[in-house]
Amino acid sequence: MVELTIYGIVLGSIISLGSIGLTLVYGIIRFANFSHGDFLTAGAYVALFLVTGIMAWIGIPDTNFGSLSFGWRMVIAFPISMAVVAGVAILLDQILYRRLRAKKSGAVILAMSSLGAAFIIRMIILILWGADSLFYKPGLMRPAIELPLGAKIRPDQILILCVVLFLVAALHIFLKSTKMGKAMRATADNKELALVTGIDTERIIIWTWGIGGALAAAAGILYGIDVQLHPYMGWNFLIPLFAATILGSIGNMYGALIGGLIIGVAQQVSTAFLMPTYKLPVAFIIMILILFIRPQGIFGKE
Amino acid sequence: MEIGGIIAYLVSFAIMAGIYAVFCLGLNIQWGYTGLFNIGIAGFFCIGAYASAMITTPKPTGIYAHYVHQIFGLNLPFIVGLVGAAVICGIIAFLIGIPTLKLSEDYLAIATLGIAETFRLIFNNEHWLANGPRGLMGLPQPFQGLIDPKNYNYIYLVIIVIIMVVIYIAIEKAIRSPWGRVLRGIREDEVSAAMSGKDIFHFKMQSLVFGSMVMGIGGALYAHYTKSISPDVFTPLYGTFIIWVMLMAGGSGNNKGAVLGAYAIWAIWIGTKFMTDFLPYTLKARAPYIRFLIIGILLEIILIYRPQGLLGEEKKVSKMMD
Repeated sequence: MVELTIYGIVLGSIISLGSIGLTLVYGIIRFANFSHGDFLTAGAYVALFLVTGIMAWIGIPDTNFGSLSFGWRMVIAFPISMAVVAGVAILLDQILYRRLRAKKSGAVILAMSSLGAAFIIRMIILILWGADSLFYKPGLMRPAIELPLGAKIRPDQILILCVVLFLVAALHIFLKSTKMGKAMRATADNKELALVTGIDTERIIIWTWGIGGALAAAAGILYGIDVQLHPYMGWNFLIPLFAATILGSIGNMYGALIGGLIIGVAQQVSTAFLMPTYKLPVAFIIMILILFIRPQGIFGKE
Repeated sequence: MEIGGIIAYLVSFAIMAGIYAVFCLGLNIQWGYTGLFNIGIAGFFCIGAYASAMITTPKPTGIYAHYVHQIFGLNLPFIVGLVGAAVICGIIAFLIGIPTLKLSEDYLAIATLGIAETFRLIFNNEHWLANGPRGLMGLPQPFQGLIDPKNYNYIYLVIIVIIMVVIYIAIEKAIRSPWGRVLRGIREDEVSAAMSGKDIFHFKMQSLVFGSMVMGIGGALYAHYTKSISPDVFTPLYGTFIIWVMLMAGGSGNNKGAVLGAYAIWAIWIGTKFMTDFLPYTLKARAPYIRFLIIGILLEIILIYRPQGLLGEEKKVSKMMD
């Protein structure tokens, strides 16, 4: 049980990264982005392309750091992949959502467009890589460290937690102390008021997509390091991401962080009683319960 | 291909597109007339198909019981299967509606998506329920003995067309009634509909349940056409996404558009299969993804350039107005 809780925190931290981006988009741009899960997949596969394709071609050595399952290649690929997916998110906004906003299409039409974008991203991944599960390093032994109470944790998982902590802290500082961060929070709080005070909402929207896409890419790569890569990995994260977002109140970054951890731990602990394939329904049932008890989420106002 | 083969091909095309047209009509009640964002059509597709399958087949006995697990089998006629599928889908829609219809539109979308994925997983994993991933086979077809099995599709096409027309007329009647006008009022402006004393929640609920019942019938029609079902059919792509593209292409808020969209997009879908046949051998295994990519891009083009679809909405639905 202790071990499952620890794995749950690792999974939860990955969900948190994804849902922070989702909640920012939801709060600032005001629509449910159904392609957010597939941003995770895109991030993981872009990193795969860099690690096993480009960097092997350039000749960057493929040695691991100590007992971690990756080395310099991944360290270089990680930020590049984040930037690429941020670019993809911004590009989708420029091609699709900006035009729909200009036509005054409703939030539901934007959500539908994002659902279409989700399928487009996934189909491109399926065309390029096929439907099989892939690994950054196939056939690698994964040593684990013994913890008290008989729990085991892999060095990779400790690193995942550190990376998530670092990214969340960086985002926190960005939102609290930069001008753009403050403008983003103001827009999430009250869009009309933000417009009146002269905040350039189009620029904020671009930044929001960039941050959301980059965090989603990071989440996807971390999941790929922890478990494996699969074209449907992000789609299967979509319900947990929304559950975490709703649980932590839409638009609230810290709520999404806590919501993600709760969903992750609940999903992982449930495998003690249920088949692991039921992780997704577990997240779904928590979401439905929240909708009954407190639809505005933990941190929402009455 | 000789002429008989071509006709048989066209008949099977018309049947599948007709089944999709039933789903489009169901979705049109929810989205086209009420503005409900249901992206879990695959869930109702799945439930309708399994419900009808288990109502119309006998529970396996003897040696078969070792190979085919099925929680119940009632061995009742086809028409009972259709009704049963509709009723069960209606009940599930009702249960989903309770927590979500009082909130903004997105919540219904997320909840229906969740329910669709959940049911697919349940049918896949619970072997005692409906034979797990292997699914159910040998479903009965109505009027099976009347005609040479090789020509059976003609009968099924007639059945599909009759059911499609009945559903079409039922929806037209409902939409042209005061009830239908309230739905459209809610879609256009929820606040002013509420201020006119309409109970928004109940009207939305009725629309959700009605539409989902039609989808349940669609699921049942599919099951008895293919005679075998397994959970991998009811994916978000085949079960939900393509139906949305059909309705958006045909024109949401227009029943003729719903039917037209189903036939047009199914024709494009089949047409892209011929196109991908020319692909080099190495790409052939990935042809379905290329075809879905085309459908996805098509949806984005429709949303940006022609959101009203081919036919667009019929604005006047009252006979009293000219």
